[in-house]
Amino acid sequence: MSTESTKLAFNDGWQYAPAPESTDHIRIDDQYGLFINGEFVEPESDRYFETVNPATEQTLSSVALASGADVDRAVKAARKAYSGAWSKMSASDRGKYIYRIARILQERAREFATIESLDGGKPIRESRDIDIPLAAAHFFYYAGWADKLEYAFPGRRPVSLGVAGQIIPWNFPLLMAAWKIAPALACGNTVVLKPAETTPLTAMKLAEVIRDAELPPGVVNIITGAGDTGAEIVNHPDVNKVAFTGSTEVGKIIQRSLAGTDKKYTLELGGKAANIIFADAAIDEAVEGIVNGIFFNQGHVCCAGSRLFVQESVAEEVVHKLRERMETLIVGDPLDKNTDIGAINSAAQLETIESYLKIGQDEGAEMYQSSCSVPGQGYWCRPTIFTGVSQSNRIVQDEIFGPVLAIQTFRTLEEGLTKANNTPYGLSGGVWTDKGAKIFKMTQQIRAGVIWANTFNKFDPTSPFGGYKESGVGREGGLHGLGAYLKLET
Amino acid sequence: MAGSTARVPVAKTYKIYIGGKFPRTESGRYFALNSSDGSVIANVCRGSRKDFRNSVVAARSAFGGWSAASAYLRGQILYRIAELLEGRNEQFVGELVLQGISRRKAKKEVEASIDRLIYYAGWSDKYQQIFSAVNPVSSAHFNFSVLEPTGVVSLLAPDESSLLGLVSNIAPIIVGGNTCVVLASEQLPLCAISFAEVLHASDVPGGVVNILTGYREELTDQFASHMDVNAVVFCDGDSEVARNVQEKAADNVKRVLARFDNDWTTDAGQSPYLINETQETKTTWHPIGS
Repeated sequence: MSTESTKLAFNDGWQYAPAPESTDHIRIDDQYGLFINGEFVEPESDRYFETVNPATEQTLSSVALASGADVDRAVKAARKAYSGAWSKMSASDRGKYIYRIARILQERAREFATIESLDGGKPIRESRDIDIPLAAAHFFYYAGWADKLEYAFPGRRPVSLGVAGQIIPWNFPLLMAAWKIAPALACGNTVVLKPAETTPLTAMKLAEVIRDAELPPGVVNIITGAGDTGAEIVNHPDVNKVAFTGSTEVGKIIQRSLAGTDKKYTLELGGKAANIIFADAAIDEAVEGIVNGIFFNQGHVCCAGSRLFVQESVAEEVVHKLRERMETLIVGDPLDKNTDIGAINSAAQLETIESYLKIGQDEGAEMYQSSCSVPGQGYWCRPTIFTGVSQSNRIVQDEIFGPVLAIQTFRTLEEGLTKANNTPYGLSGGVWTDKGAKIFKMTQQIRAGVIWANTFNKFDPTSPFGGYKESGVGREGGLHGLGAYLKLET
Repeated sequence: MAGSTARVPVAKTYKIYIGGKFPRTESGRYFALNSSDGSVIANVCRGSRKDFRNSVVAARSAFGGWSAASAYLRGQILYRIAELLEGRNEQFVGELVLQGISRRKAKKEVEASIDRLIYYAGWSDKYQQIFSAVNPVSSAHFNFSVLEPTGVVSLLAPDESSLLGLVSNIAPIIVGGNTCVVLASEQLPLCAISFAEVLHASDVPGGVVNILTGYREELTDQFASHMDVNAVVFCDGDSEVARNVQEKAADNVKRVLARFDNDWTTDAGQSPYLINETQETKTTWHPIGS
């Protein structure tokens, strides 16, 4: 097997000219209050915290720190809206309000994409082409369900739950808000949502959209804060449903704290997905899939393909091609349209990732990083792969949540499966082969909620998403995502 | 003229809609639509069998692209039709009034038509999830059944309703990826042509919906018998009409959908089952193994 360089050399000596997205059309306020009962209000504590551009370390804005009293205000507003305007409205009218949100998001898409990249560090190409359009599509999809729920649950009468408390992560800030809010509203609930503390800005802009769409006050409340604020939402006695996306560690705390209550909950937690390459796969496409699987969004993806399993006979070729492909990846300014990998979301996350790079090397694995340059300011991590790892290595077992890939090999399908399933997680998986029968064998046997075959990291509002085992409880998206926000009465 | 204050309005020519264009009928014929006081409202095209055949050609050539469009895109386009109809709300109310409907009823009919389009826009990416299945066959096969559009549908729109009946039948046909040829209400034909203008401005590809005006008695046989039409929908008539359509439809085994008793004015007039009626079920078997 040849492992000679397959690189095309025609562009040696050429550089990409900078192609930054313009920021002159966006408006970010110096300070954002809490969006409660249809208006922005001061936090009771009068305390604010800063949100930083991870690519420059400069402060973008400051947002309110919501206390227990603020959470209580938000829940009360949501309750009042639930028993008042929202539940008195016809289902089709509820749908029309959700359609309005979708339409306004489409109209303001570029503004949202730019702010998402500024606040979270993700490449503009991803926020522009994936995050924001998908968020709008989620609102469209669930808007349509509002007056059609009885068709989704034959033989049952679907009834809304009440007030939903929703806590979302920093990796897909607006998209996760859409995943949470759209089905909750379509099913007739009202919402108290808390964005992550490092990425609150698109949620505050979404609050503007919801205001402009003239939703009745209190139907959606958006409050900012960190873990303590989240705990106040989870533990508030008048919350009927908790939806959380975040780490497995916090998910377990939430599940424990909900024990003994009758609150319904969905948890979308961590992952350590196996991406499995068979020898009969289209190798070049598989290499693209590996890159997309682990380097998409700086690897800040719960379903990232962070464990690579390559069939032994093609392992050398795959790793060789992967290294060459990694050399072409551009790490840098998230607002540049040529950027492939943006900034790590926060200083804390960069520290976590770097600690794992050290652990990996201390455990005896061989580390390879692309030789690209990274900017002086900001938080950056070069695309990284580890070879020579074993099943028990921490970089194979732990979710790193960064652009770090652990590579192992296998000989038979059964061996690949056994290794792939040797994890407490079960969110997603990938299979690369040109044998259809093998795909279905693998999708049947991999213990995970989403399997991608000859593709990776694909998302759609119509497609359910969620994990087996310690990757979570429940599904979001699609018809199945409705069940999380309904009581099914006989 | 000096001293006169009344402006002379420009009357609209009502033409037919074929393949994204607005020709007059090739036959050159017309029928006069009169108001209750006997004055002429419009000279409406009396569409011919040749117009119908041209329309089927347009519908067939549009079918490939439209049926391959994503469910999301079809939903967006239906939503867009509703948006534009909302913007022309007053025009349609005026046209209904011109055709003898009370203003109150006319307003209700236009609003219901807009809401109906929103309703079906919402189904675009959902009916598949309701009617499809993964089938647990006993052998080692992954077996699934999905819906695909039937093809070209001919539609004899409800005669008693100028707009709502038309919209209520076109929407479930096209949201499912079919294309259609429609004969507008004979007694209330105006809104159908204005609706064609709305479709034309809503990113609906030419040929997906083709709308003719003319005489039912003259065209029904064609709508039922054409060999390149896959399904025929009709909403008026009696058992004799039904028998005739059934018989003609048998020439190429068309799906025959008689919608005599549907009340289009209420929520009972909308349902995903109406989408399902112009869909085929396709089942795929695929082995599982290493």
